[in-house]
Amino acid sequence: MKQQDEGLYYVGDFPVPETPEPDHQPKPWGQTRVIGKAMPRVDAYERVSGSAVYPSDVTFPDIVYGVVVGSPHANAMVRSVDVTGAAKMPGVHAAVTGSTKGADLTWPYMWGKSKSKLFDPHCRYEGDAVAGICAETPYQAWDAARAIKVDYEVLPFLSDERKALDQNAPAVDAPEKRIAKTDKYERGDVDKGFAEADVVVEAEYRTECEIHTPMELHGCVAKWDGDHLTLWESTQGVFAVQQQVAEVLGMPLSKVRVIGRYMGGGFGSKLEAGKHTIIAALLAKTTGRPVKILLSREETFLVTGNRPPSNMKLKAGVKKDGTLTALQFTLLGTGGAYESGGISLVDWVVRELYTCPNVKCESTEVLINAGPARPFRAPGHPQGSWALEQTLDALAEKIGMDPVELRLKNVPTYSQARSGNPPYTSTGLKECLEQGAKAFGWTEARKRTAEQKDDPFRSGVGMGACLWFAGGGGPPSTIVLKLFADGSVNLNMGASDLGTGTKTVMAMVVSEELGIKPDKIQIENADTGATQYATRSGGSKTIPTESPAVRAAAIEVKRQLFQIVAGELKVPASALALQNGEIIPNSDPSKKVKLNKLEALKKRGVIIGVGYRGPNPEKKWVTPFGAQFCEVKVNTRTGEVQVVRFVAAHESGRVMNRLTYDNQVIGGITMGVGLAMTEARVLDQSETGKVISKNWHDYKLPTALDVPREIVSVPIDPGDTEANTTGAKGLAEPVTVPTAAAIANAVYNAIGIRITDTPMSPVQLCRMLAERKARG
Amino acid sequence: MDNESDEKKGTSQGGVTRRGFLTSVGAGAVVAATAGRASGQTPGEELIKPEEMGKVTLLVNGRRHKLLVEPRWSLLFVLREKLGLSGTKVGCERGECGACTVLVDDVPRYACMMLAVEAQGHSITTVEGLMNGEELGPVQQAFVQHDGFQCGYCTPGQVMAVEGLLRQNPTPTDEEIRRGVSGNLCRCGAYLHIFKAARRAAELKGGKGGTS
Repeated sequence: MKQQDEGLYYVGDFPVPETPEPDHQPKPWGQTRVIGKAMPRVDAYERVSGSAVYPSDVTFPDIVYGVVVGSPHANAMVRSVDVTGAAKMPGVHAAVTGSTKGADLTWPYMWGKSKSKLFDPHCRYEGDAVAGICAETPYQAWDAARAIKVDYEVLPFLSDERKALDQNAPAVDAPEKRIAKTDKYERGDVDKGFAEADVVVEAEYRTECEIHTPMELHGCVAKWDGDHLTLWESTQGVFAVQQQVAEVLGMPLSKVRVIGRYMGGGFGSKLEAGKHTIIAALLAKTTGRPVKILLSREETFLVTGNRPPSNMKLKAGVKKDGTLTALQFTLLGTGGAYESGGISLVDWVVRELYTCPNVKCESTEVLINAGPARPFRAPGHPQGSWALEQTLDALAEKIGMDPVELRLKNVPTYSQARSGNPPYTSTGLKECLEQGAKAFGWTEARKRTAEQKDDPFRSGVGMGACLWFAGGGGPPSTIVLKLFADGSVNLNMGASDLGTGTKTVMAMVVSEELGIKPDKIQIENADTGATQYATRSGGSKTIPTESPAVRAAAIEVKRQLFQIVAGELKVPASALALQNGEIIPNSDPSKKVKLNKLEALKKRGVIIGVGYRGPNPEKKWVTPFGAQFCEVKVNTRTGEVQVVRFVAAHESGRVMNRLTYDNQVIGGITMGVGLAMTEARVLDQSETGKVISKNWHDYKLPTALDVPREIVSVPIDPGDTEANTTGAKGLAEPVTVPTAAAIANAVYNAIGIRITDTPMSPVQLCRMLAERKARG
Repeated sequence: MDNESDEKKGTSQGGVTRRGFLTSVGAGAVVAATAGRASGQTPGEELIKPEEMGKVTLLVNGRRHKLLVEPRWSLLFVLREKLGLSGTKVGCERGECGACTVLVDDVPRYACMMLAVEAQGHSITTVEGLMNGEELGPVQQAFVQHDGFQCGYCTPGQVMAVEGLLRQNPTPTDEEIRRGVSGNLCRCGAYLHIFKAARRAAELKGGKGGTS
């Protein structure tokens, strides 16, 4: 073909980066041609055309539909389950309960931190699985599910974690296990620190429980071929699901294949398998047909995790010059009915974000009768940030200092909370604060809001800064890159693309390194049977984990290619360069050969380059930073807050794809708007303990009408050459950390009322405005 | 088990649930459909029982499909699980998220809130119907260019909402665009890119709106 003759799979006008000697790390990229550009996604066609097959879209001619029957009570013992009537209903294929042979299985919460049974006789939270049933249609399956007779002994419940330590409150576990976990941290001497302070502030804060609710329901299709199980699961980590399923079912890993090439959002709630996964496998085994279980939307509010509520108290001391002297933080949290990360990382920003010699944090996790928590985008951080960033704002006001200035006074260059105090590979926080403030017009905006006239509509500006605990990624990761004889490329990686643009970024890395056009790269991913082992896509670590491995694989392909050409041209491999799909000897460029004309490659068919993720830098820490600025308009008559605009300056190392980078920024801020203003899981405290807001009508996500009219992304790239070989750090989680606090600070700037509890609904604001008026 | 637990699909034994109510409405719709458009029977002459299959003809993306359906089956279920048109996504099955948005006679509707029997006699367009063979339609192209999505699961619904908006209003203002997609949730929060995509789509359609 003409196209191949001209080597058109390759871009012509630049030589690709140098190929390092074997066992040598590649140099950081200099000027890049592809990386950092705004490139539409390599899988955009599939996603907008409807042709992408998500796990919920998988079907077979003989598929049947399963339903998980969950306890309708907040706390109950199952006395008996009778499926005999249900099993005879039209279309029903199979039912499974705790007494079914092979279903008496152990179920791990939070990767084994706590354990129960798949069908536990003690249902400690609403929705916990009691039975499973499948039928020809989902309608028949639901009919049958309703006909299953369950005899419950309804028990007293506890739905407010703030009452959990009251000895008279119902105990979720054994009475002596009211506290699931405590966590303490201390450095320096906070009493000394407060004594040194010119100003001390102290306040209590609370963030409500949030539910992930990704658009695609949690669910899977399970299919057996003999003793081999294949699962199409909507997940962030196919290998994690494989491991969990194999463990629960007692199967070899080699007999469990998990596929999840596309998935419709997770935000941490799909880092693991669900009980539905096992139930689907058990039903499929019994009936001999593939079984599809999609949880109902209501069920996803009950059993697929949450960002737990956080009750926080923060005391902080500062000198007049802005030096922080002490931070003292206490937290009461809950991961629900089982220990499951209910207090995890909430205090991390307090420990780590600002320089402070004296810090004390005490966290207590208690149990309540509600669904177990799962990691939720930057676990703990937005909650801690809600308290810390508002506290910084209050301190700045008390000492008469600009809030940006106060933060600039306390920018850390090393990790204060990790042992050995490792320095960060880069700390872009200063640049984030300065350049973000500049792009926002911070100083002028503060002046404007200070001078605004008395009007029912008040403007306010606020800001907050952040870092993220993880975001540096790390081994293991293995990438297999195949270069075919015509010069086109296949990339094989195990990682899931949650919609963050992982696949596109990896194609760009290959393109940068080989010069091939990104659209000539085919990517296979997220299939335990056909792709390489990868850790979960979570923690904003996928790009910093996978991209160096992809780069290493591309370099390995080049090395082998040069070896082949060196043999053909009788020149040393080190004297060759790749440009425009041609391999060129430095000594005599006229002897250059086209990649797609290599006889040796044609004969061999393919070059396979394997790349591994190398270790992270020793004694240094890789951490993303950021700062966000926002403007709000408050209607003091109605209590409505309009978020007018945001500027987000984030330092996440190298910008890999500007288009998907900015998309993460607007997405993170939108989610932060939800935390600040609309989202709250509501549990019935008095009568039933059940979740009241278990749908998108009662649990409000930000809609198109609630998002800021403008979000400006200001990427800060410090040229981090130490983090890894691509210089990329995580972005998706830091971008949602400071948003809610920045909005609260802006509202304070507008009306002088500090909102300490999320969500700041018009009702709450109206009440506070009225109370202030009454006080005079 | 407890009826209180949920307003799930189908009927329940105790009292009228939301779905149960819809099912009865649906049964009426079967009558209306068969009476008015197909067989000329008078209303009330034949009431199809909930589990009994009835014949429907659905016009989807310009193609007629003759099917046997239960009266309670939603249009969404039939599109996805019976016709294999899985581009239309399932998000809540209770009219809250818009992931299943399709065009019914050019107007965006939630396919989860419409029974298959109600869809008879209307022209249904799904995201697959916006394609020209293997080529993306203008709204889809605009979503690609402006990265108007992340995970992509709400995207077919968003695309159909924009398509429907532009068919009614070929040159929408920014406010009209925001309102036009406000019935479609995007948990990834890509709204600002969706707005850009909608503006670009209006341009690509040359201000003519019309069918792609």
